[in-house]
Amino acid sequence: MSSSTSVPPSSQVTASQGIETPSGHEPDARGHFGRYGGRWVPEALVAALEELETAYEKARHDPEFLAELDRLHRDYTGRPSPLTDVPKLSQHAGGARILLKREDLNHTGSHKINNVLGQALLTKRMGKKRVIAETGAGQHGVATATACALLDLECVVYMGEVDTRRQALNVARMRLLGATVIPVKTGSRTLKDAINEALRDWVTNVDSTHYLLGTVAGPHPFPQMVRDFHRVIGLEARAQVRERTGRLPTAVAACVGGGSNAIGIFHAFIDDPGVRLVGFEPGGDGVATGRHGATLSEGSPGALHGAFSYLLQDEDGQTAESYSISAGLDYPGVGPEHALLKDLGRAEYQPVTDAEAMDAFSLLCRTEGIIPAIESAHAVAGALRLGKELGPDAVILVNLSGRGDKDVDTAAKWFGMIGQDESAEAADGTAIAEGELATPTVGAEGERATPTVGAEGELATPTVGAEGATQQRAGSFAHPGSQTEGIQA
Amino acid sequence: MSERASDPSARSVADVFASCRAEGRGALVGYLPAGYPTVDEAVELLTAMAEGGCDLLEVGVPYSDPVMDGPTIQAAADTALRNGFRLRDVFSTVERVTAAGGNCVVMTYFNPVLRYGVDRFAADLAAAGGLGVITPDLIPDEADEWFAASDKYGLSRTFLVSPSSTDERIASTTAAASGFVYATSIMGVTGARDSVNSAAAEIVRRTRPHTSLPIGVGLGVRNGDQAAEIAGFADGVIVGSAFVSAAERGGPSAVRALAQELAAGVARAGLPQPA
Ligand SMILES: Cc1ncc(COP(=O)(O)O)c(C=O)c1O
Repeated sequence: MSSSTSVPPSSQVTASQGIETPSGHEPDARGHFGRYGGRWVPEALVAALEELETAYEKARHDPEFLAELDRLHRDYTGRPSPLTDVPKLSQHAGGARILLKREDLNHTGSHKINNVLGQALLTKRMGKKRVIAETGAGQHGVATATACALLDLECVVYMGEVDTRRQALNVARMRLLGATVIPVKTGSRTLKDAINEALRDWVTNVDSTHYLLGTVAGPHPFPQMVRDFHRVIGLEARAQVRERTGRLPTAVAACVGGGSNAIGIFHAFIDDPGVRLVGFEPGGDGVATGRHGATLSEGSPGALHGAFSYLLQDEDGQTAESYSISAGLDYPGVGPEHALLKDLGRAEYQPVTDAEAMDAFSLLCRTEGIIPAIESAHAVAGALRLGKELGPDAVILVNLSGRGDKDVDTAAKWFGMIGQDESAEAADGTAIAEGELATPTVGAEGERATPTVGAEGELATPTVGAEGATQQRAGSFAHPGSQTEGIQA
Repeated sequence: MSERASDPSARSVADVFASCRAEGRGALVGYLPAGYPTVDEAVELLTAMAEGGCDLLEVGVPYSDPVMDGPTIQAAADTALRNGFRLRDVFSTVERVTAAGGNCVVMTYFNPVLRYGVDRFAADLAAAGGLGVITPDLIPDEADEWFAASDKYGLSRTFLVSPSSTDERIASTTAAASGFVYATSIMGVTGARDSVNSAAAEIVRRTRPHTSLPIGVGLGVRNGDQAAEIAGFADGVIVGSAFVSAAERGGPSAVRALAQELAAGVARAGLPQPA
């Protein structure tokens, strides 16, 4: 029943199908996807990785485990997540039909819960009582803290200090849920360093502790196991798109940080050669500036955080610092299966700048009433670009991986609604009310790395803004996107 | 000026351990990152460590993401990188320290080696007089290229075993190693600790039956008494963070004094007793 000819209706797709049934694209016995993946780790961790691999292999064929996970996904996560047609947004994509896979509507607000519930149940089965996790945007940390509360596990989350500031809401959520959040003050103080710190903790406490890694990176079995927990996204979406449109999508778009939401949605389409798979990486200020996190587009092969894959590095193999407005994408590594898909040409990866992502962010807010995570806004920007390229007959499936509550401060600052040292919650409302997200000219003519918005091209929607179309563009929005810090209206 | 300079004629790691054994004692192995705090100062420090009694020097490669290291060595690596350390400096460091009488192996996370080219790295290290490489985040499972290069240039391959290693892994890891085996005494990252953990003797006891290579024990050693305790059951005592702290405190004279204290501890213990 997993063959592409007889597809179950979307209402019958469950997470366990993606776990139990091999995808046909498995790594070798040592976890290699082509030359990528494997275990580039200290020996001290090997026993724990072997234990995890064994536990996973057992659980994935255990009806009790699968039923429990499916039950949680149905009653707790809220799966299946809907597929939403966004016709007004589509007008900005050359008329191509855009469909959003709404992972933002999952409990805790992103796709991350798919993986977290799976690993948290495994943690229980391994008899471990303590869970550690890294987090960038805080979505993985929140999902982990949530599952730990639900399943009575101790939870410690490592988060770069920079990210604790830009995602303060999620720090508060994790603490409300009973987790300990440890700000990491080494290196670039972002996701990369949070992973380093989590690995150090794990090396020290491996007997009692499970490292609940939040993406498809890291040593085997994480890239495979985390992918399998996320395959439900694509399995559902594939059935939903067919039901809705009577066909397969022309292209599938997802943002790529470590690559979990992207691999989760891509996987169901790998064997559909007519479906283009496009991952959108954080282009930051534009790849030409060097300030970006476009690992697959700009990086080179090497070993980082336990896997051989692409990474951003200098001539000496020192990891380069990444940059993105999006904390969840601000990472110089990427999962090994994406490295293989890139080399094979089965998926392609393109950078999307901060400015393009924020244009798409505002557009989705104002046209469809959906505030996306800034991570996911990269995928939306990518879909707009693809739509213009593919034309009005195209159907573009976008993984809307998360919701944007956590990002209101960053967005309000970007759009000049509040000052750099203000917070959206603290604002008295006046500034916010007057802010005008003038509708961006989201990438008129394929100028992918253009940091400036509103430069060229048709100002697609004249009617933006809740308060009427003719409103003055108060804090007009045409600031150069390259000044990500210190722009002030 | 050295009381007990390491054997300058040693041309392999095996020779170093053998000549210590011939003196009725274990080997003292001292770690310091190259380039810390600068390339020239690190050469001086490493030379002082050899003069003070380190039989083997582990020349560390500062790396941006040292997941096996605690705060002391992380900070030292950061300092070295900030002060402009480049990977090629590790070769000149080895060359100069070797010329001054030290026996050097390099301790490095593997990505810098991958980036430089595994074969090229081995060639340049051997040419500089280096005797081998310790690879804290490379396990034999991923080491095919390194096997070929280390064989080709006659470098020793030190892999790590850990208290969490299964007997099967200890067997396969030691079988893949040459020179000496590095046993981590505790579960954890580098950093000086107050007491020697009982796991240290246990991991050596578990490793012995699988290999005739010398076994060095590291992680957490900082004084002569601890060194003596470990030398009672291991063939080598490995000290890292304590040297970095000494360098920070008092430069070459402090690391020399620490090496002397540790060497006295190692000598006092005599040859290791079967655990
Ligand atoms: C909403 C959302 N999307 C995407 C990502 C990026 O992760 P990945 O590439 O693993 O999906 C994150 C990570 O924090 C996220 O929170």
